[in-house]
Amino acid sequence: MFISPFELKRAGIMGMNQRNLDFIGRYNDRTRYPLVDNKLKTKILSEQHGVNVPKLIAVVEKQHEIANVVESLTKLSRFAIKPSKGSGGKGIWVISGKTENGFVKTSGQEVSLSDLERHLSNILAGLYSLSGVPDVAVIESLIEFDDLFDGLSYEGVPDIRLIVFQGFPVMAMLRCATKESDGKANLHQGAIGIGLDIATGKSLRAMQHGQPIKAHPDTGANLLGIDIPDWRNFLLLAANCHEMTGLGYIGVDLVLDKNQGPLLLELNARPGLAIQIANQAGLIPRLRYIESLDEQHRPPSERVDMSIEKFGAV
Amino acid sequence: MSRLPLFTIVVLLIGIGLGTGYWRHITTGMPLSPRDEQIVWLVEAGIEFDAQNQPVSVSLELPKSLPGFNLVNEQAASPGYGFSVVDNGNNRRGVWTKNIADGEQTLFYQAYFVPDDSGTQDDSELASSVPFQNLFLDASLQIAADQIIIDAQSRSSSAQSFSRELLKILLADDLDQNAALLLTSESLENLLVPLIHQAGYSARLSEGLLLEDARRRLRLEPWLEVYDGEWQFFDPKTGRQGLPENVLLWKRGGVSFLDVEGGSDSQMSFSMIRQSTSAVSAARAQSGDAGLDLFSISQLPIEEQSMFKLLLLLPLGALVVVLVRILVGVRTAGTFMPVLIAVSFLQTSLLPGLISFVVVVAAGLLMRGYLSKLNMLLVARIATLVVIVVFMIALFSVVGAKLGLKTGMTVTFFPMIILAWTIERMSILWEEEGAKEVMIQGIGSLAVAVCAYLLMSNSLMAHLSFNFPEMHLVTLAIILLTGQYTGYRLSEFRRFRFWEKKSLDVH
Repeated sequence: MFISPFELKRAGIMGMNQRNLDFIGRYNDRTRYPLVDNKLKTKILSEQHGVNVPKLIAVVEKQHEIANVVESLTKLSRFAIKPSKGSGGKGIWVISGKTENGFVKTSGQEVSLSDLERHLSNILAGLYSLSGVPDVAVIESLIEFDDLFDGLSYEGVPDIRLIVFQGFPVMAMLRCATKESDGKANLHQGAIGIGLDIATGKSLRAMQHGQPIKAHPDTGANLLGIDIPDWRNFLLLAANCHEMTGLGYIGVDLVLDKNQGPLLLELNARPGLAIQIANQAGLIPRLRYIESLDEQHRPPSERVDMSIEKFGAV
Repeated sequence: MSRLPLFTIVVLLIGIGLGTGYWRHITTGMPLSPRDEQIVWLVEAGIEFDAQNQPVSVSLELPKSLPGFNLVNEQAASPGYGFSVVDNGNNRRGVWTKNIADGEQTLFYQAYFVPDDSGTQDDSELASSVPFQNLFLDASLQIAADQIIIDAQSRSSSAQSFSRELLKILLADDLDQNAALLLTSESLENLLVPLIHQAGYSARLSEGLLLEDARRRLRLEPWLEVYDGEWQFFDPKTGRQGLPENVLLWKRGGVSFLDVEGGSDSQMSFSMIRQSTSAVSAARAQSGDAGLDLFSISQLPIEEQSMFKLLLLLPLGALVVVLVRILVGVRTAGTFMPVLIAVSFLQTSLLPGLISFVVVVAAGLLMRGYLSKLNMLLVARIATLVVIVVFMIALFSVVGAKLGLKTGMTVTFFPMIILAWTIERMSILWEEEGAKEVMIQGIGSLAVAVCAYLLMSNSLMAHLSFNFPEMHLVTLAIILLTGQYTGYRLSEFRRFRFWEKKSLDVH
């Protein structure tokens, strides 16, 4: 029913309070939060730093622009709509097809043009933004998934979450949506977290609801044979985000595009703790190791090499 | 990053909070617990008279120096009249004035009195110089008076003993000739002071009220005061010396008691009630001039005081939220919304509050379900919810009143905007994360609200926070300290409960 505090401590598990106080509070400069909380800013910043991101189709800033934008969207059939300041995947619509007078979401749900207009209007009013402030809607092109991920995710996108501390990738997992999680990659809603070996990008174990699982409950796909190609580039991209944002403790969400390779989906200045469950490893020993290093500046490639050597599964 | 400065601040806050609180407890006698009960007498003086269509001025002698009592609080209820208290050093008078009044008029003066043995006796007031003069124009009466004085003086050595003997002579069952003669010409009360004066002592006639619970239409009774180093009291009806504990000396000395200008047939009566409230209100008014009153809310008008009473409970609610979220890890809808709900519960009381809150939010969610089908801008939708919530509350109140339930009315205490936002957020939560999350956060919020309510409604907490606001420095210290806690939350012991087991299973 419960784990004892001593076992938690021995496993090096980081708790919410420690994350907030010792890492987010200490290493993340408040003034830089907008860079990651605002997807539009992240996108622009990434393009300046040569970090690959999904292509921007349109930005909707004012209510009166909605009709025009929706009109122009009818020419497309694959795109994603995101609230720029949204969090936890709230308000994201992934459109993967077209009907006579509307679209189809990846969930198979049909939405009319007026549904789309209302959704955009809600986004602008700030319904999904962190503190209810007015927002803008970002519309970007859809990722072409690599066949590698077939069956790993029920609807939607399997993405790779990396924790990057002081520019060092310290832990990684692959998040796969399930029917239960309603196509979202949130572990607490029932998505699957697959722990990845930081040295190789190979799956270590898969967890759902805090318990081990071997096959996807909806597609039956094997969850334990994953080997992410081009893994070092994922790590490099994530490590670069440290210089890009100036934030010390971030969650980096990446996807693999069939044509473009690793893409940065979004950044998170308050990454969750579930990655520890997916890896069955506590974050604290790794974070403390990096804290113990001297202050000297190391280029991303050197940091990635150190992470591979130090944090890889034996 | 050193935490020393913070711990220093925490220790300082606790020290200052407890220190000043204790000091104020010592200096003002403000009790630390609301249970130290004390008797409070509420006395009401009613004045009735007929006004004669002309300017009215009514002047009533008010109690000033009260042996055995403290005047705690006073007020005058008299619609249409201006009221002021005039203190001219020796006595205080309440003055009612009105430009034009006609017909039967009723004025009220209310005051709270607390028995006080420490005695704020007005002994500084020296007896007035004694006029020596012949009392009676009629020679035979004067001779009788002289005889009685000589008689009493021969058996006494002081003002006290003289007065005792004098009363004995005048109250005897078989009066001697002199006494009988005097009493046929004057009433006893009117004789006493002149006779004592003639003997060379100071005396005055005061009027007091016999305090008995829930008595109405009482009148003042005369009391004889004789100065003998300090004022000594005699009951002119029995000759007994000493002032009983339950006599309140309303008027001292020979000033006029009630003057009515512009009216006639004035009548005066007293009613009273004994209340057994906590010593709080007593100490509150008594501390009036005592040192550290900067902190004391009691200086504010009654209306603002009751508002502060509520405001000063908020830190306790905030403390509960901090503890529950940081140490336990309960998920709530809106961080401090539970505190606002708890404050509402304070006014509605717990069960009716809980029921009406759940009903309003549930009904609001149903309405919101329909609203989401209309294509509306967010701000307009929430504004719509506010209006709907107001209507729902009006409906509940009316239906509740029809059924004779008071519950309906209590809903009005909920902050409507908060209620509307809650409904909106719950509804979004429902759409995005499902009913389960709505239940978790809803129950979490209500649980925190109930915890905060229980703490805030605790009589000791209410007493301390209102009478010792500096105690909230301690609350602040606890909050600061909790803000430094990096350990695990209780909920995390459950979140990571499968830890060891699984990692063994898979491989």
